[in-house]
Amino acid sequence: MAIERKPEPKWVMVVDADRCSGCQACVVACQAENNVPLNTDAIFNQKRAHEWIRIERYWVSGDPDKRPDEVDFKNLKVKFLPLMCQQCENAPCEPVCPVYATYHNDQGLNVQVYNRCIGTRYCANNCNYNVRFFNFWEPVWPETLRNQLNPDVTVRSRGIMEKCTFCVQRIRRGDRLVKRENRDFKDGDVTPACVQSCPTGALAFGNIKDEKSAVAKMAHDDRHYRLLEEQGTGPNVIYLKKVDLHAAEDKAHE
Amino acid sequence: MQDRVVLGHTPQEVDARINRELLTNVLYTERRYWIIVGFLALVVALAGGAVGYMVNKGIGVSGLHRPVFWGFMITNFVFWVGISHAGVMLSAILRLSQAEWRRPATRAAEIVTVFALMTAILFPIIHSGRPWRTMYWAFPYDFARGIFPNVRSPLVWDPTAITTYLTSSIMFVLVALIPDFAVARDRTKGVAKAIYSVLAMGWRGTPRQWRLQIVAGFLLSALILPVFVSVHSIVSWDFGIAQSVEGWHSTVFAPYFVIGAVHSGVSAVVTVMIILRWLFHWENYITKDTIDSLGRLLIVVATAWFFFFFIEILYSIYTLEDAELGLRKMQFFEAPYSWLFLTFILTGYFIPVPLWLFKNVRRSFKWMFITTILVNIGMWIERFLIIVPGLARKQGLTFSWSTYHPSVIEILLVIGSFAFVSMNILLISKVIPLIPIYDIKEGEILKDEIKIGKVTVPAAKREE
Repeated sequence: MAIERKPEPKWVMVVDADRCSGCQACVVACQAENNVPLNTDAIFNQKRAHEWIRIERYWVSGDPDKRPDEVDFKNLKVKFLPLMCQQCENAPCEPVCPVYATYHNDQGLNVQVYNRCIGTRYCANNCNYNVRFFNFWEPVWPETLRNQLNPDVTVRSRGIMEKCTFCVQRIRRGDRLVKRENRDFKDGDVTPACVQSCPTGALAFGNIKDEKSAVAKMAHDDRHYRLLEEQGTGPNVIYLKKVDLHAAEDKAHE
Repeated sequence: MQDRVVLGHTPQEVDARINRELLTNVLYTERRYWIIVGFLALVVALAGGAVGYMVNKGIGVSGLHRPVFWGFMITNFVFWVGISHAGVMLSAILRLSQAEWRRPATRAAEIVTVFALMTAILFPIIHSGRPWRTMYWAFPYDFARGIFPNVRSPLVWDPTAITTYLTSSIMFVLVALIPDFAVARDRTKGVAKAIYSVLAMGWRGTPRQWRLQIVAGFLLSALILPVFVSVHSIVSWDFGIAQSVEGWHSTVFAPYFVIGAVHSGVSAVVTVMIILRWLFHWENYITKDTIDSLGRLLIVVATAWFFFFFIEILYSIYTLEDAELGLRKMQFFEAPYSWLFLTFILTGYFIPVPLWLFKNVRRSFKWMFITTILVNIGMWIERFLIIVPGLARKQGLTFSWSTYHPSVIEILLVIGSFAFVSMNILLISKVIPLIPIYDIKEGEILKDEIKIGKVTVPAAKREE
């Protein structure tokens, strides 16, 4: 007897680099939603800051002969790259963990089991995107922030690895909702904190198996690419290229 | 021309003298021995305190950060696994090939192996975020939750390979020790005698016992060789399979690491033997011939290592990948890595090897001591240069590029590991003779001289 099972959704995030203004609202939202340890000055200077999603900022020189730090600010362009765990299909972090603390689940997520983790940090070494964060210290929140902690998310102790989960607690809530209403996932059932907070709508999240979803449509956009695709990791975050009007103009002048 | 030490004129005289001189430290103790051991114990205690502090406070007390998650401790781990390859290289291979000059060197080499491995295996454990939980991983089955370890991970292969190697090298040492335990048993009283009696396992020196002991020694030598090759290959795969780190994912790593391990290991054995010779007055046993032969062996090993080192660079540059080229450029030309690289290449190869070509250097204890220490400085830096630059400049996204500075705690742990190995070797020398007594005696019996023309050349008889 075969058990009838609904096909599992496959979660994908789309980042439209053209819309990103680098405001870091997603970073703050993520910090609040996921009980990410506070990045104090000291921890930041130790280069041990936790940012499950971070905005990588790249300066681009408008003058092809000069490095970005040599040109005048008028010729300087900035590019923002919001970067979170890419939930790789063929994740390099997974095979190297000796205790199966990180594995792939049915919904295409690369999940981290905090309880199993022993902190070899091998997964972080083998991550192309540097999006795994190690708890070098026991995380401490000031008394005033005690009620701010999200009860749905584990507070990670020191000595273990953590990373973006695509707000797995919200996905689980969506799972229960869909089951209760006995229907398939539709857009808006699950919204990670970063997507919810993005003022310019640069981030989108959804089930790519659902052809009607926004992400499925955006995945076929002309501008789409995946980060470090040549490494063969199969990221589940799709980026849409920044359209540089000035670059097009410059080209026309040449 | 070899110069052979005459230990006595009758066989009984020779026997008695060997027993007396090689058992000196087991039966009596000099004052300077305790001073040295005491000092080393102090350093070990300090490092032990550092470990305790790190376990208590967290890995935060090290200089590690994102993305350089592995640093001094893993470098040190690879270094000590490398040193441990000396024992088998010298002992098993030379025993199988019946090289006569191996006799005084084998036990010291095996003991270095055992303690280097024990020290090495400590490092991945204390280096993990939750060392108290690492037992789930080092003892490979989590019974409580029925989770089998991830056999795809090199970190499961590592403990498996290292514990196999540790077990087999301890067996190897013990089998070779049985006749010497019997000698010690016959010369001690009270509790010591009782312990040696158990360890000697009823050794009476009958022909059958000798035959069995020799067969066991040969069998273990042959069986341990594949383990020896596999251990450092597996350690190299910690890096070799990491596809995301430029400079790590090289297919040539396994043979490169093995031969590098032999290079640093044999050098370490020479260093240890010269120290022991000075400490325990073994001038009659560790002779200029011994280090001369080891020096010649080292020239070959070092050059073979250099070949692999060269093709490793060649392979990486041959790809013409920007990432790989950028990494190599940083390693060779950008401070501080360029200074480390220069030190490494000079001390690891270009200073010692040309010096070893001179007979006067090979036959000088002082120079062999200096050059072998230099080799190990170089080989330590080599491991560092393999591990850290690739992580610091992980290619692709340049935003997270970083560098690495070890903390005081990490430096203490590295110094402590050296003290720990030295202290253990000295402590074990109180219990077992570090030069195999029976082996030396056998060598004395097999001594022969051949006349070639007008010259008399020392030689050895061989039983077929």
